[in-house]
Amino acid sequence: MEVKDIIKEENLAYKKTKVLTDNEMHYCPGCTHGVVHKVIAEVIEEKDIQENTIGISPVGCSVLAYNYLHIDWQEAAHGRAPALATATSRLMPDKYVFTYQGDGDLASIGAAEIIHACNRGENIVVIFINNGIYGMTGGQMAPTTLEGMPTSTSPYGRDIKLSGHPLKMTELVANLPGTTFVARHSAETAGAVRKLKKAIRKAFDNIDEKKGTSFIEVVSTCSSGWKLTPEASNTWMKENMFPFYPLGIIKDE
Amino acid sequence: MKEEIIIAGFGGQGVLSMGKILAYSGIMQDQEVSWMPSYGPEMRGGTANVTVILSDEKISSPILNTFDTAIILNQQSLDKFEEAVKPGGVLLYDPNGITSPPARKDINIYKIEGAEEAAKMGNPKTFNMIILGAFLKIKPIVKNENVEKGLEKSLPERYHKLIPLNLEAIQKGHDSVKSIQTV
Amino acid sequence: MGELRLMKGNEAIAEAAIRYGVDGYFGYPITPQSEVIETLMARKPWEETGMVVVQAESEVAAANMLYGGAACGKKVMTSSSSPGVSLKLEAISYIAGAELPALVVNVVRGGPGLGTIQPAQSDYFQAVKGGGHGDYHLIVFAPNSVQEMADFVEDTYELAIKYRNPAMILSDGIIGQMMEKVELKDFKPRFTDAEIKEKFGSWATTGKTPDRERNIVTSLELQSELQEKHNHKLQAKYQQMRETEVRFESTNTEDAEYLLVAYGSSSRICRKAMELARDKGIKVGLLRPITLFPFPTKQLAELANQVKGMLSVEMSAGQMVEDIRLAVNGKVPVEHFGRYGGIIHSPDEIVNALEKQIIKG
Ligand SMILES: Cc1ncc(C[n+]2csc(CCOP(=O)(O)OP(=O)(O)O)c2C)c(N)n1
Ligand code: SF4
Ligand SMILES: [Mg+2]
Repeated sequence: MEVKDIIKEENLAYKKTKVLTDNEMHYCPGCTHGVVHKVIAEVIEEKDIQENTIGISPVGCSVLAYNYLHIDWQEAAHGRAPALATATSRLMPDKYVFTYQGDGDLASIGAAEIIHACNRGENIVVIFINNGIYGMTGGQMAPTTLEGMPTSTSPYGRDIKLSGHPLKMTELVANLPGTTFVARHSAETAGAVRKLKKAIRKAFDNIDEKKGTSFIEVVSTCSSGWKLTPEASNTWMKENMFPFYPLGIIKDE
Repeated sequence: MKEEIIIAGFGGQGVLSMGKILAYSGIMQDQEVSWMPSYGPEMRGGTANVTVILSDEKISSPILNTFDTAIILNQQSLDKFEEAVKPGGVLLYDPNGITSPPARKDINIYKIEGAEEAAKMGNPKTFNMIILGAFLKIKPIVKNENVEKGLEKSLPERYHKLIPLNLEAIQKGHDSVKSIQTV
Repeated sequence: MGELRLMKGNEAIAEAAIRYGVDGYFGYPITPQSEVIETLMARKPWEETGMVVVQAESEVAAANMLYGGAACGKKVMTSSSSPGVSLKLEAISYIAGAELPALVVNVVRGGPGLGTIQPAQSDYFQAVKGGGHGDYHLIVFAPNSVQEMADFVEDTYELAIKYRNPAMILSDGIIGQMMEKVELKDFKPRFTDAEIKEKFGSWATTGKTPDRERNIVTSLELQSELQEKHNHKLQAKYQQMRETEVRFESTNTEDAEYLLVAYGSSSRICRKAMELARDKGIKVGLLRPITLFPFPTKQLAELANQVKGMLSVEMSAGQMVEDIRLAVNGKVPVEHFGRYGGIIHSPDEIVNALEKQIIKG
């Protein structure tokens, strides 16, 4: 049997959602960003909201996220995506507005913007990619970097005395009355991706019910920044990130 | 003396550190030097290149469009820099991964099987020093003793035990470079 | 002779800051200048000189840390690249208003907006015209080598102290990323508490001791008459800088019929263009402003009596050219040439532009 005999509609086991573009992604091999893009795209397709969804991308490796999802996008200044989302969602209350932000973007330079958007209970979804590092600029320390973890600006490992404690943004925003659904997930196995997708679906459903801010953290890897192979990165994440950033639903109202 | 060089290949081939060792060797013999890399996300698994200039006089522009020597380590770089070699200049390349070899008729072309020789030495990390050795055979612009000093200066202390291996690799490059075309 | 090393501009400026006795550095990563904070974090100067190094949560925070540190009479420094400097302008305006010495380094990349991470000179206006709100100027130095990246830490800071005014080193991605030979100066001790009291005791917020009135660092003045007076004082300072602090470098201007004007890395490329043009028999000179504020206005006005035309060569759409035209005041044609958006002009392009825009123009 030749390959062309197998390529038939009835043999189709998986089809890429049309919400993903055909552009080749620029992410490093094993990077979590690509998987999360796909999950969001699938949720948008399943909810049939492609025409009504506006994505707001951050500054970070996912600054070019607009190349990969077939929806309208805004590209914010570093950390300010929640501010753009606030205006967008208030001016167009029937739209599905989400921000997609890295940990440097959301937890460092944009800490004020995210706290206040969550506190106001903006009717938006926030997807928070926590890889514990600044991927794009070449592996500097993020607020989420674990104690002892080496980065290019903490070459001897993060020292709490020097740089403070790793910041648990998700627990923090869960304390704010404006948030309705707050969860922490990962995307390293098929099972984890399924759970993540369920959570993202729920977050977008919350927009229908005007319930306030839904916030989903994805504990992620950055093999380039961590200077590990993709496989070793997953192991390192499970052994080090998961104990400090435990997975699960933190708030569901 | 003034030598304007471009070294270009993949990120991870040691292009930048090879340029740095060459520049440090120049400093060791009291020359003016400049080392100007490509930088940014294009280095993520993509191409990397560095312009190195050694000169007896003050260096004007650290950025150049034409070069005395191009050291080329992949096809993309050959496509980009073959035309940038000055007529009568030198193009040194490693044929590993090269699908369309250099075609210019007005330049001197040399070949070094760097990847292959490094594999033979049992250490792929010696690759860039083999290439450097090949270059220094063609253009002995820095003295051996200054290369050794350059290595000492540019390698962190904990790698100093590897200097003999690096010198061996430079010698290997010296011995293995082949002339393809002279003008 | 001091110690000779091969360093990137970004590494050299970090090392120079430690050696000059800077007390505090506050930064936030951004390409192409992240090596400044990376070098400092690897060097651990707090163990050696007691220098404090902080990775702030944003440039807004980093610049306001600079403001606080400067108010204590400490030598403080921050560095960033274009989008980050835009965020710092708020605090920079306050620092200028409150009359504090401080050092800001901009390793410029192309804009506007997020732009490109490649080198550019498109922040000239922002640097020399003030940048933030209010009538103020920074003292602005433009290095064109790694050596000057290192040397200008001390040169700018001494002026910052002399005038109680923030200073800026306006560099770019070429100078920041390039490695050259640098001669490093010897270590200078940081100011002691006693020295700070002696030098800055009249304003630094080091704690009110019984021997003096309280010191208040502020840029606020609600009485307009007093605010106008404060502005007069600032303007007098800027005028004095214009009269006494201008620095420039001129090459081959004695017999020049045409003049290239360029600063920073562009001046290096112009040197090569000048060599090429002279080989062709064109009598070209090069004037390189080292201080961009104060600007070598007088020198350019004098040269306008000698040359037939001037070409400003900048990696921007043409910003410094306006200051050259003001200086020349219509005497000779002044044009701009430059590639931008992260593209760097070549020496040949400059010679072509000179021939087309000035000689034949
Ligand atoms: C005002 C400003 N400061 C700094 C930068 C440089 N910068 C770009 S991305 C980034 C950090 C990104 O890290 P993160 O948000 O964790 O995203 P990741 O790349 O890890 O996905 C920084 C500091 C910038 N673009 N703008
Ligand atoms: S640097 Fe890290 S976050 Fe960025 S694409 Fe690579 S793996 Fe992903
Ligand atoms: Mg990150």
